[in-house]
Amino acid sequence: MTSFSKSIGMMKNVSTTAEPVATKRTHSAPPPASAGQEDTWLLEPEEELRARVSDLEFWYGDGTQAIQKLNMPLVDKRVTALIGPSGCGKSTFLRCLNRMHDLYKGVKYSGEITLMPENVNLIELDPMVVRLRVGMVFQKPNPFPKTIYENTIAGLRIRGIKKRAVLDEMAEKSLRQAALWDEVKDRLHQSALSLSGGQQQRLCIARALAVQPDILLLDEPTSALDPIATARIEDLLNELEGQVTILMVTHNMQQAARISNYTAYMYMGQLVEFNETDALFTRPKCQRTEDYISGRFG
Amino acid sequence: MATLNQTISDAQGHASLVRRNKNQDILIAGLGMLILVIAISTLLAMFLDLFITGLPRLQDPDFYMSFPSRKAEQAGILSAWVGTILVMIVTAAISIPLGVAAGVYLEEYAGSNWMTDLIEINVTNLAGVPSIVYGLLALGLFIYAFGMSETVLVAGLVLSLLILPVIIVSTREAIRSIPEAYKEAAIGLGADQWQTTYAYILPAARPGIITGAIVGLSRAIGETAPIITIGALTYIAFLPNAPISGDFPFINFDWITSPFTVMPIQMFSWVSRPQAEFQINAAAAGVVLMVLTLMMNAIAIYIRYKVRHKD
Repeated sequence: MTSFSKSIGMMKNVSTTAEPVATKRTHSAPPPASAGQEDTWLLEPEEELRARVSDLEFWYGDGTQAIQKLNMPLVDKRVTALIGPSGCGKSTFLRCLNRMHDLYKGVKYSGEITLMPENVNLIELDPMVVRLRVGMVFQKPNPFPKTIYENTIAGLRIRGIKKRAVLDEMAEKSLRQAALWDEVKDRLHQSALSLSGGQQQRLCIARALAVQPDILLLDEPTSALDPIATARIEDLLNELEGQVTILMVTHNMQQAARISNYTAYMYMGQLVEFNETDALFTRPKCQRTEDYISGRFG
Repeated sequence: MATLNQTISDAQGHASLVRRNKNQDILIAGLGMLILVIAISTLLAMFLDLFITGLPRLQDPDFYMSFPSRKAEQAGILSAWVGTILVMIVTAAISIPLGVAAGVYLEEYAGSNWMTDLIEINVTNLAGVPSIVYGLLALGLFIYAFGMSETVLVAGLVLSLLILPVIIVSTREAIRSIPEAYKEAAIGLGADQWQTTYAYILPAARPGIITGAIVGLSRAIGETAPIITIGALTYIAFLPNAPISGDFPFINFDWITSPFTVMPIQMFSWVSRPQAEFQINAAAAGVVLMVLTLMMNAIAIYIRYKVRHKD
């Protein structure tokens, strides 16, 4: 209750219909009679956090503001999905978390992304330090034109790890984690480009996992894949729950519902609702969320 | 009834449209083929003409192993082809690292400001400067100002200058053609700019860079004007010291400072002789020069093939 009331302080126009915080995928509280009355809703999770985004704002080099006063917790070792219509800023937000925007000129951040438990503001760190700790998997599988093995350990090489035994061990471990080991163990030294699209994407996940990131960002990781490959990635993400903190952008609401513990709905660069996935999809607090998930717009 | 007529006339319209498009395809394909045939047959005719004219000398093994001579039937191209290969080694060793480094800098490191724009315009313009101007530059700078003599090194330097723009431009294009995704993947893993460039961008750009380098070197191998301008000799009856010897320290670089001649100069000097026999020599030397160039291109194609199939 205490954490919940804390979140209320961070919101505008929030009524005080208090409700016990539900644990993952259980409905401990009955749906409120009038769902969709709030303007914005930010659940304060009771679980341990890995990061907290406070009043984040972001501008592109041309001056367009893509993120406005965004507040959101990121729960440790859980999967959080970001949903919202195209152009709502979800990928932009995702890329703030590993400072990918810094590749391009003139971008500007304000606010804080605090990494827990160290309490460092990611916006003030050197972008390269951030990227060493926050991994990313992109929309289109992008393995390097190198062998499967070299792709898996690419991040370790970048960190200057040279010991063969360590590299081999980490390669196997992360390929197993990415549920790819059995398919590639006999051809580790073949080109990664010989893999299918779905395998390539799992390789990219293995590559990101090999460096044991604090947070793993996934930017619509299955949008370029067929349904079977998508299902495998989703299984994999379900298995990673409890091991890695994952923030994933998805266009597919069913996918968000299937694999995430928490879901954030963004619209026009703002966070509308952050809630447990089940709650967000079954009893959305905001009218705008309901409109979106029920397909009334977007 | 009206709808039926409508449908039929539509179908006829489509049929004539398809026919017209097909005819267009045939026309374009035929035109392309014609141009290709003209280009290739010109090259072949030239090569064959040279080959037939030069055949008597090409068959003679002494032609490849003799120095120039006043007697046409004894004159050979030994010093010329050795000189060409040595000059090419120096040119490649200077122009490829410099050109690739400059291309990488311009594409990956330099910001976009007026300095970069200026450099860019200059590089592009330099590619169009006549080669004799490079020769004059080298004469003024290397020979007169730096007091160097007409050596393999100076020839390599001037040819490097000549082909640097080609290598820079093709390096930049090769880098630009790499999907942004590779770069983002590497950066996303925490790589710094150099790690990204060295470990991921350059390997992926390698085929394009190699092609550019070979195109540049192929241009350099046939250049005559700048080398004549710096005062290369046309009559060399000795070889530079061999770079590798049986005695300690086994490798020496004396050859770099040795006087030299190259194939195009040898050809030029023979062509300018009045005697018909020397024309045969010139033709034969031309064939050898073309074979050298084709071999270089073949090596480039082979490297690209290897690179493409290794990954």
